[in-house]
Amino acid sequence: MKIHEYQAKAILTKYGVRVPRGEVAYTKEEAREISKKLGFPVVVKAQIHAGGRGKGGGVKLAKSADETEQIADRMLASRLVTHQTGPEGRIVKRVLVEEGLRIKNEYYLGIVLDRAAAKPVFMASKAGGMEIEKVAEETPDLILKEPIEICLGLTPFQARKLAFGLELPPSLVNQAAAFMIALYKAFQDTDASLAEINPFLLTEEGTFYALDAKLNFDDNALYRHPDIKELRDLDEEDPLEIEASKHSLNYIKLDGNVGCMVNGAGLAMATMDIIKLTGGSPANFLDVGGGATADQVKSAFGIILSDPNVKAVLINIFGGIMRCDIVAEGVVEAAKAAKVTVPVVVRLEGTNVDKGQEILRASGLKLTVAHSMKDAAEKVVGLLQAG
Amino acid sequence: MSILADKKTRLVVQGITGREGTFHTLQAKAYGTNVVGGVTPQKGGTLHEGIPVFNTLTEARSKTGANASVIFVPPPYAADAIMEAADAGIELVVCITEGIPTFDMIRAFNFVAARKTRLIGPNCPGIISPGKCKIGIMPGAIHKQGPVGVISRSGTLTYEAVGQLTSRDIGQSTCIGIGGDPIIGTSFVDALQLFNEDPETQVIVMIGEIGGTAEEAASEYILNHVKKPVVGFIAGQTAPPGRRMGHAGAIISGGKGTAAEKMQAMKDAGIYVVSSPAAIGEAVAQVLSR
Repeated sequence: MKIHEYQAKAILTKYGVRVPRGEVAYTKEEAREISKKLGFPVVVKAQIHAGGRGKGGGVKLAKSADETEQIADRMLASRLVTHQTGPEGRIVKRVLVEEGLRIKNEYYLGIVLDRAAAKPVFMASKAGGMEIEKVAEETPDLILKEPIEICLGLTPFQARKLAFGLELPPSLVNQAAAFMIALYKAFQDTDASLAEINPFLLTEEGTFYALDAKLNFDDNALYRHPDIKELRDLDEEDPLEIEASKHSLNYIKLDGNVGCMVNGAGLAMATMDIIKLTGGSPANFLDVGGGATADQVKSAFGIILSDPNVKAVLINIFGGIMRCDIVAEGVVEAAKAAKVTVPVVVRLEGTNVDKGQEILRASGLKLTVAHSMKDAAEKVVGLLQAG
Repeated sequence: MSILADKKTRLVVQGITGREGTFHTLQAKAYGTNVVGGVTPQKGGTLHEGIPVFNTLTEARSKTGANASVIFVPPPYAADAIMEAADAGIELVVCITEGIPTFDMIRAFNFVAARKTRLIGPNCPGIISPGKCKIGIMPGAIHKQGPVGVISRSGTLTYEAVGQLTSRDIGQSTCIGIGGDPIIGTSFVDALQLFNEDPETQVIVMIGEIGGTAEEAASEYILNHVKKPVVGFIAGQTAPPGRRMGHAGAIISGGKGTAAEKMQAMKDAGIYVVSSPAAIGEAVAQVLSR
């Protein structure tokens, strides 16, 4: 789960990680009032769940209350396009107004999971304020790494190794180390999956700040962090995806024209792949899961059909725990309820396959039955191209 | 000979009295798996579907000689269940549960690594040696015994591959679902090592997906150690970056973990990589006919 910069900063503050003074604003008037409280200059930052805001014009300096209000006015309700949002960009509904700081040096701090080692890894780099992927590609030696033993957290000696490794003046090492240790504690306590402080700022006055903060959270752990769950911003999510999550369906909208419904994430990805290989374009990823009910199948079908780009649907179910007759019932009910106008190809295999195929045949609906993944992909693309 | 799961397996079901536990216990018994007990705390001393239930793994092991366990326990408690089984000395633990928090799995992984338990999963369908033993939720009927070892991060995609093999009369020695999470107990490399040493396995099928570097590590291992032919498929060639595609481990992060990279690494290691999931069975048939 992603959150906004201002929310990440609020969480970090609780752990003693220093962030610039600032507040979120939803209107230009609010922005103005906040700027007067902070004193000038302030920075007005668009709050969206994507990076690259600076280059996209989403981060602006303001030297007066009037300027703050004007900038906020232009930013709010505008569409911000960055290299991470895709060409459609995101509508800005919140801005963060924070104190401007006198920048001396910019560094990078990050924490990610090292899957192979089964450990979090704490990274630091002198190349702050830049895209870390670029640094990793071009100058990987500039990225210092410390693997974390989770029973210890980031140890003081590790934090010092990183701080000295960044070539900080010795008088600042303790402050930097404390900052890093606090950051890691926040990461572990909140069950985060990613933390990025870029830039990790050293001011002219000799103080470290998280000038930007990104925190992503492990979806599997949200059940034990209701306060973090509440930070979810539905405006940043696709409406169909939100609808799907209400029915406990795993759905991701893409931009193709063949909708697909599959049981199992791997098979769902493979179905998208074979559609593409056969000349179609997948409109979505949708995993109905192992225990899906006829109702969920009905909802899934409805969601797929709500996507105006969908011109054909492929249902690929390999029933293990999932029974093909349950799927067939759901498909028939959904097709009847939704008044389906696009061709639908159904491929069933596994538990109760014969019963399932019989239910489809007996329904009288115009459903094309397929017998293998290859057959299903060819049939759906054929119908797509014919229609 | 198969790997890990066989006629000597004595299985205890953790979470046996729950809905999933009950259903799959009956399925396992019907397949011929030797289910010797179950564990549900507070229900010890009772019989469930004719199987003795114990309060703890330690008691279950001491009373039944169980050497394997399968976990059908909800996510908040599953990592603890893994650790309890390892603590009790269970040699093979298969965790089906999807949704375990990553930090919990880091703890469980380290706990298990310090003991003699082999963990498969979590977030996996389990392991089956057709004709001998089924530990997990896979439909037994689509499998048949034979010379192909299958290793997969997926569930139903594995069944698809197995279905293609069985329909060509090509059987499987063991099919092991290693799971869709970022932190898992048995990696591709671990399973490849076992299949490499198994006399019954002649060909290996490797089914991976986007996210992480496990397939790259497997490719290097295969290049240096595996003499048997390997057929491979990677799901997620059309997955967008930065999105979790169902499985917690199926995510392209920072440009890394793409299907294209994995397929290239596998090809460079001499693996027969197919682009289409429908071509897996045919590729194995061709390899076997050589």
